[in-house]
Amino acid sequence: MVNILDKIKKAGLVGRGGASFPVNLKWQAVKNEKRSEKYLVINGAEGEPGIHKDAYIINNYPEELMFGIKIALDFIKAKKIYFYLNKNLYSSKNKLNKIANAIGLKGKIIFFLKPIDSGYIAGEESTILNIIEGKNIEPRLRPPFPTCSGLYGMPTLINNIETIYNVYLVSKNKYQNKRFYSVNFDKKNKGVYFLPENLTIKQILKETDNYPDYDFFVQIGGDASGEVLNSKQLNKKVDGAGSITVYNLEKHIPEKLIKYWLSFFRDNSCGQCTPCREGTYRLYEMFENFGLKMAKEKNFTDLCDNLFLSSFCALGTAVPIAILSYFKNVYEPLIVSQKKIKGLEKNVKRKK
Amino acid sequence: MSKEKNKEIKIKIDGKSYKCIVGEKILDVAKRNNIFIPSLCHHPDLNIKANCRVCVVEIKGYNRLTTSCSTTVCEGMEIFTNSPKVKLSRNTNLKLIFAAHIEKCVDCTTRFDCELLSLAKRYGLNIANFKDRKGKRKTYKFSNSVEIDGSQCIDCRNCIDACSNIQKINYLKKEGKGYKQEIVPVEDKNIDCIYCGQCALHCPVASAQEQYDWDDVENILKNKKGKTLIAMIAPSTRISIGEVFGFPYGYNAAGQMVTALKKLGFDQVIDVNLGADITTLVEAEELLERLGDKKAKLPMITSCCPAWVKYLEFYRPDLIPHLTTSRSPQIHLGGVIKTYWAKKKNIKPKDIITVSIMPCTAKKFESRRSELKINGLYPVDEVITVRELAFLIKKNGIDFKNLKPEKSNDLFNDGSGAAVIYGASGGVMESALRTANHFICKDSKKAKICHSRIEFKEVRGMKGIKEAKIDLDGKKLNVAVVNGIGNINDILPKLNKYHYIEVMACPGGCIGGGGQIIPSSVEIVQKRMEGLYNSDRNEKIRTAHDNKDAVEAVNWVKNSKLSHKVLHTKYINRKNK
Repeated sequence: MVNILDKIKKAGLVGRGGASFPVNLKWQAVKNEKRSEKYLVINGAEGEPGIHKDAYIINNYPEELMFGIKIALDFIKAKKIYFYLNKNLYSSKNKLNKIANAIGLKGKIIFFLKPIDSGYIAGEESTILNIIEGKNIEPRLRPPFPTCSGLYGMPTLINNIETIYNVYLVSKNKYQNKRFYSVNFDKKNKGVYFLPENLTIKQILKETDNYPDYDFFVQIGGDASGEVLNSKQLNKKVDGAGSITVYNLEKHIPEKLIKYWLSFFRDNSCGQCTPCREGTYRLYEMFENFGLKMAKEKNFTDLCDNLFLSSFCALGTAVPIAILSYFKNVYEPLIVSQKKIKGLEKNVKRKK
Repeated sequence: MSKEKNKEIKIKIDGKSYKCIVGEKILDVAKRNNIFIPSLCHHPDLNIKANCRVCVVEIKGYNRLTTSCSTTVCEGMEIFTNSPKVKLSRNTNLKLIFAAHIEKCVDCTTRFDCELLSLAKRYGLNIANFKDRKGKRKTYKFSNSVEIDGSQCIDCRNCIDACSNIQKINYLKKEGKGYKQEIVPVEDKNIDCIYCGQCALHCPVASAQEQYDWDDVENILKNKKGKTLIAMIAPSTRISIGEVFGFPYGYNAAGQMVTALKKLGFDQVIDVNLGADITTLVEAEELLERLGDKKAKLPMITSCCPAWVKYLEFYRPDLIPHLTTSRSPQIHLGGVIKTYWAKKKNIKPKDIITVSIMPCTAKKFESRRSELKINGLYPVDEVITVRELAFLIKKNGIDFKNLKPEKSNDLFNDGSGAAVIYGASGGVMESALRTANHFICKDSKKAKICHSRIEFKEVRGMKGIKEAKIDLDGKKLNVAVVNGIGNINDILPKLNKYHYIEVMACPGGCIGGGGQIIPSSVEIVQKRMEGLYNSDRNEKIRTAHDNKDAVEAVNWVKNSKLSHKVLHTKYINRKNK
């Protein structure tokens, strides 16, 4: 079994929940804890808009996934497994449970439904621990890290579904440094593709036959918290969560996008810390008052910088990524080039 | 790990080197070295939450900032408390907090000591940078004692933690999420507020606070209409009020309080210490009666803490027979003023207005208990917290620090040392034991020895539960002191082990009360406590039974057949049925 850790390390597996933390370090940390009671939590919240890989894995590779879970369980000698699933994935519970029983996980695994309306933050790992314990739906202060004090204060390994699937591949020496990419067009999912992790955005779009024949821009790494890039910036890898969403430059309505991002974060902020609870509220308020001109306000840049600098958790730090990169990479070049697009004149309903 | 624990390391803050110990938080190291870092949600009594984000600092090598309240120091760490990034975040967060807190400064008792305003001034912030957003928030009022004004709440949740983690009452919760979240009372009918005010004591922005009555008092002072206005000062308030005016912790400012109250317009200032001595006399007598009566309910439990009484009436009405029937010091004093004192001074009781200055929010509730009325009059007409008094003193421009101390009243003295220590957890017990000890063995052969027993140090201090075996002229008494209602469940299951129990709802007793001066913390409470015990040691009279004024007042009441109206009370089953 020590073997698996070496294999994971050699393969260079990183967490596929979005944070890309080295898997072997997490596993080792839990393993090193001396306490006898340990937990394994599988994160199937898949809460980032535009990401569809967990559903894809459950539908296509359920056995492989469950074997991966068993490997993790045996490695850390967990007392119980909590398989945390959003409503959509939870519908596969019976199928997964059958496999679990067949491979000796009977009585070890608890399928846990992500609470309805719990929102984006309910996919964050320490928030999941709070939810299982019946506490507030919000992240915990770190340290202590879940690896030493997680569920009920016990050492806990939390891994994403894709991460566990990769563990299975590694154990069978089948891991080929691939990852799952969700490709979307204006928020509609086109497909999930399993491709090498070092491909550029451009290569992925071309290889999957999704490269548009019109002017476009993309958002990578999630439709809410991902970075926005224009069509000249596609020679980089997809970091974080694995998604590429294509937007039609001509047809898109800037205000609609901004409103989507800002309302998403305002309504999904858990409310624990000032920069996020108040900052997301104020950003949305500024949008209502100034529309796209908000970007010129000092308060706007201060709020964005502050979210990145001082938020409690990664949700807060991610808030400015999409809007700032959109303004910088798409909106401003559009204004500078004086290119006329229809959406620019369109306003969305601001004040309710 | 354990070897590492006390290891000394060096860090740099703003370019200067400081020694600290592994495990310390950056904020604590900064405080110790007089480096100012603002903080709002941080409170030494509570778990670190790091949610207000105003204590952020920059650490060399890190792109993002970190909260100094929650981050432990590491060898060689280089910290900046005022870098451009820190300024941006700290100021932005403060401005955001200001916009979540509707300024009601005109009527706010913390106006002169407001942390938010002082930070705005310090950093030159435009506090109206964002529009106030909580105008429509509700104010939740708990009886006439405490309130939480949602329009002033900055969502730090200190109130929830004080209520749940310190007091273990669990009356408050967070409802909703994000910008919509709100602090609300729970709907559970089996949980109720005990009015202790610990939420208020731990609120950094006076969103949770006493339901103030200083405005009533101000009106009374302005429109005397021939009434005699009497201020009554509680034992613990003299020790804490000085903190607001630059006196050191533990300084007994009773004399300045008397002068200030007279300057405010009160005709008389009478010390609640005298009331406490009366309480001791009544309670010690009842204790001995119960001990001598095989049918009597034991243990006898103290009742001078109104939050504890509310707790028992609501959660454990079955224990009502255990409560001493003795009224509390403020009610005793108010009652004696409106009977005995009025008679001696030839003033009609209805022409007297009594205003007590209390370290407590629940005392407001106690003062309105109708069963305490004497001939239709409340013994105490108004209760203000010591915070409210400090506010009135500042509001009226009284230079408290340089006031010439005055003695309280002519007819009543300012009480014994046994009364002063009522302010500390264990104090009521100790005072009653001093006097019970005297009563029980004044005629025995050991009279001289037992009379010399003044101090019962076993029941002092900050431990949650204090237990002792006391020898009263051969009678072995098992006593216990519950220091903070959060510890009550350690005692309730084993009540029959004891003869006498003191309960104070607030940690430390009244000296840590919900109406006390802010900031307050366990550490500060301990310093105040030392002040109380020093005052006791310096008193010539250290026992209630040696206080002739108190004895005379009690005797007068008894001879006038007013015992039941003035000295004793009853309790009400408030359980939710």
